[in-house]
Amino acid sequence: MDEYTSSELVSIFAMQGFAGISLFSVLLLMALGLAIIFGQMGVINMAHGEFMAVGAYVTYFMSSLTENYFPSFMPYYFIFAIVAAFIVAGILGYLAEFALIRHLYKRPLDTLLATWGLSLIMQQSFRTLFGAREVSPALPDWLLGSYQPTETIDIPINGMFVLGLTAVVTFAVFYLLYRSSWGLRVRATTQNRTMSGAVGINTKKIDRYTFALGCGIAGIAGAAFTTIASTGPTTGTLYIVDTFMVVVFGGAASLFGTIVSAFSIAQAQSILEFFISGSMAKVYTLFALVLILMFKPEGLFASKVRR
Amino acid sequence: MNFVYEKLMGGKQGFFGFLILATLILVIFPVFLDIFRLNLVGKYLTYAFAAVSLVLLWGYGGILSLGQGVFFGLGGYGMAMFLKLEASSAENTKIQSTPGIPDFMDWNQITSLPWFWEPFNSLTLTIIAILVLPALFAFIIGAAMFKRRVGGVYFAIITQVIAVILTILIVGQQGFTGGINGITDLRTLNGWDITSDNAKYIFYFLNAFLLLVVIVISRFILTSKFGSLLLAIRDKEDRVRFSGYDVSNFKIFIFSFSAMVSAIGGAMFTLQVGFMSPSFVGIVPSIEMVIFCAIGGRMSLIGAVYGTLLINFGKTTFSETFPELWLFLMGGLFISVVMFFPNGLAGIWNDYGHHITDRLPFGKKPKKVESTQSVEEKADESTA
Amino acid sequence: MDSNTDFTLAIEDLTVSFDGFKAVDSLNFYLDENELHVVIGPNGAGKTTVLDLICGKTKSTSGSIKFLNKELTKMSEHQIVNEGVGRKFQTPSIYENLSVLENLEISYPHGRGVYGSLMFKRSDEVLSKIKEIANEIMLQDDLETEAGLLSHGQKQWLEIGMLLIQDPQLLMLDEPVAGMSVKEREQTADLLKKICKGRSVLVIEHDMEFVERIAHKVTVLHQGKILATGNMEEVQKDPKVIEVYLGH
Repeated sequence: MDEYTSSELVSIFAMQGFAGISLFSVLLLMALGLAIIFGQMGVINMAHGEFMAVGAYVTYFMSSLTENYFPSFMPYYFIFAIVAAFIVAGILGYLAEFALIRHLYKRPLDTLLATWGLSLIMQQSFRTLFGAREVSPALPDWLLGSYQPTETIDIPINGMFVLGLTAVVTFAVFYLLYRSSWGLRVRATTQNRTMSGAVGINTKKIDRYTFALGCGIAGIAGAAFTTIASTGPTTGTLYIVDTFMVVVFGGAASLFGTIVSAFSIAQAQSILEFFISGSMAKVYTLFALVLILMFKPEGLFASKVRR
Repeated sequence: MNFVYEKLMGGKQGFFGFLILATLILVIFPVFLDIFRLNLVGKYLTYAFAAVSLVLLWGYGGILSLGQGVFFGLGGYGMAMFLKLEASSAENTKIQSTPGIPDFMDWNQITSLPWFWEPFNSLTLTIIAILVLPALFAFIIGAAMFKRRVGGVYFAIITQVIAVILTILIVGQQGFTGGINGITDLRTLNGWDITSDNAKYIFYFLNAFLLLVVIVISRFILTSKFGSLLLAIRDKEDRVRFSGYDVSNFKIFIFSFSAMVSAIGGAMFTLQVGFMSPSFVGIVPSIEMVIFCAIGGRMSLIGAVYGTLLINFGKTTFSETFPELWLFLMGGLFISVVMFFPNGLAGIWNDYGHHITDRLPFGKKPKKVESTQSVEEKADESTA
Repeated sequence: MDSNTDFTLAIEDLTVSFDGFKAVDSLNFYLDENELHVVIGPNGAGKTTVLDLICGKTKSTSGSIKFLNKELTKMSEHQIVNEGVGRKFQTPSIYENLSVLENLEISYPHGRGVYGSLMFKRSDEVLSKIKEIANEIMLQDDLETEAGLLSHGQKQWLEIGMLLIQDPQLLMLDEPVAGMSVKEREQTADLLKKICKGRSVLVIEHDMEFVERIAHKVTVLHQGKILATGNMEEVQKDPKVIEVYLGH
């Protein structure tokens, strides 16, 4: 780093830091969904990336629809696309839980494999429906461009928007899980399934909606994703490993841990990318994570429980 | 003789199955297929090494590795590095700015052979490296994880991440590894043309023979007390620990062994197909190996070979005619096997097929297949 | 603290806390050879945690556990077993897919390493030991039966047998008669009386009638602390015990 002056370094860190914010937002949204599903239900959803892709394709579909039939509506469609992405991904998640997951609750390794089979099918469906080429929705004008507080720092507006969206979703998830009566039932089910059933909680229904919620949030992540990159049939697989790392690193059951871990992984990758090639940045980040997990397998924020 | 029969073949049923498989790959395929098709089958059979290794590791040990491609790849790259160095003699590469090093190094402005390529000048060292390095790598990963009781889905994910890391590394460091194209243009082995039909036949038989040897050794492991312990660890890890066993040592051993077996498959792949690339290392090939094993039957060494052959025949046939349908079919097949036939083809055979073998003079009493999952809930096993 | 004792098991000042909650609180406990000691106490008193601590499943926060004057707190589970401590779990923990014979064979204390297990042979010596234990646990006619098919009580016996084959100096049994019929309880009581000779046995049990029948000594645990220790009669008369059990 000797060739940079300290003020240059500050700018680099700030710039890459803001660039990392978009990645952080997408990772956090993905991880929230996955952490709910894994933390609450113990299910590893390998098709989670594909649910994100569903959200992205829904956004693309809404954008084409608006562009062709209601061009005047273009500035507003994105908001509706986010809602639609949530609903469509959520419904698909609901169906997947009904058809697959509920039969495999006691076999976590098998859910991992079955959901991978599901991801294959979903990828091929994207290819059949939208073609093998990558697509991007036309973004409304207000999302483009950037804000320049100083000459060397450049903050993209889409990044700020996605960050805001992530904050809203995160807060909503927090409220839902920790402050609502529904969340109480979800947490009760996690801790003691049999007992919860005995006190009259419909645990099957809870599972199904929890899974649908997780997938719905992945759908929102997909909508957010369209602002930073284009979407192809295999987009989901690129993000699934990083997302797993976020969840495992953060300690599966801790919302705070998930946020911190998404932030550190995204920032580490983004800042490293400036100094070394993108692929090596990823290698170092993942390698560091594997090492950390070998020494602290329960993740950063797991609570100690009497077993 | 009794020892050979019971321990290495697994009794009547096992011996019968082994004999059929051996006849199929040593006699029937070579007689009825032309060399092009036979070479293709040979390629499939290299994947079968990984599938068989997963029977031991995942079916019996309950340890799901989503990184067998890593070991397959290490074996394959080891062999490819040796062949590449032979193909890059100063004579053959005199038009390069640095003659005597592989062409892709020259294209990437590398002017001398990197140190870790040096041992691959020798065939003996290469073979040792193929057998030892992947096993050693697995030993290190296994020791780090199993000693700390990382297991279940955490282990699966971490092995997957290792596959990702290795893929990115190979693709990113093209000067050292040949990058995304892999190591290509491999022609001779100690001066002998490996692309000739003659060589292809020899490699096919060598490959088939090694696979059968691996199956026999695996059978020996499974019929020993070690095999019962693997099952016991899968179903009741705590009980085994409180019977005085250091459970992690058993897991480390079987993981390292499975890595070595997969690596042999990888090396045979390079010899028969003539190149090695990162597309045999990453997430997708690694999970495909699990699919081969699952469809053949995760509790059956021989079933895993049939599963591999079946899926690859299917893949080749379908992706030529209906590429669209193939992923739907494979995804659907995989889901239904996991959900409804956890013991795969071998399980279906054991449930229904014995009606046929019963009439034969051999197997009167079908051996009961071990169940795939214990009744016990295993959800909390991971890091408890 | 480093002083050696004549006890088979000497627990001193043992404490374990989970996020501040002390499940076991400065516990002192001694066990003699040939002694059959029963630990009773209300749910959550820390009984199972004490067994977990002795066998290494849970690591202590502070204090010492000495078994034949060897410190156990720093050892791993399998080392503790190899020292001669055997433990039966609350729910029968056997290998359901294996036969009774194989269950006992796996527990046979030879070939415990990777190489040893690969080369292990079912010799006559092993077989005769297995048959001897099977006789003792009343499963001599079920050697070839798959363990999953045994009755609940037989499973409990099998697990006890799997410990006996290792010939431990200290045998710990967590609720050995839970879910057993009256007749099976009687048989188990006889079994326990027989096997405590030449070793020490530590039992956790709720069934007071059963405790009365087998116990040499009884300890009452409450909120991680010892409330009373002594023979059954003394303990039953202890006012603190009466208060805990009969309530306010």
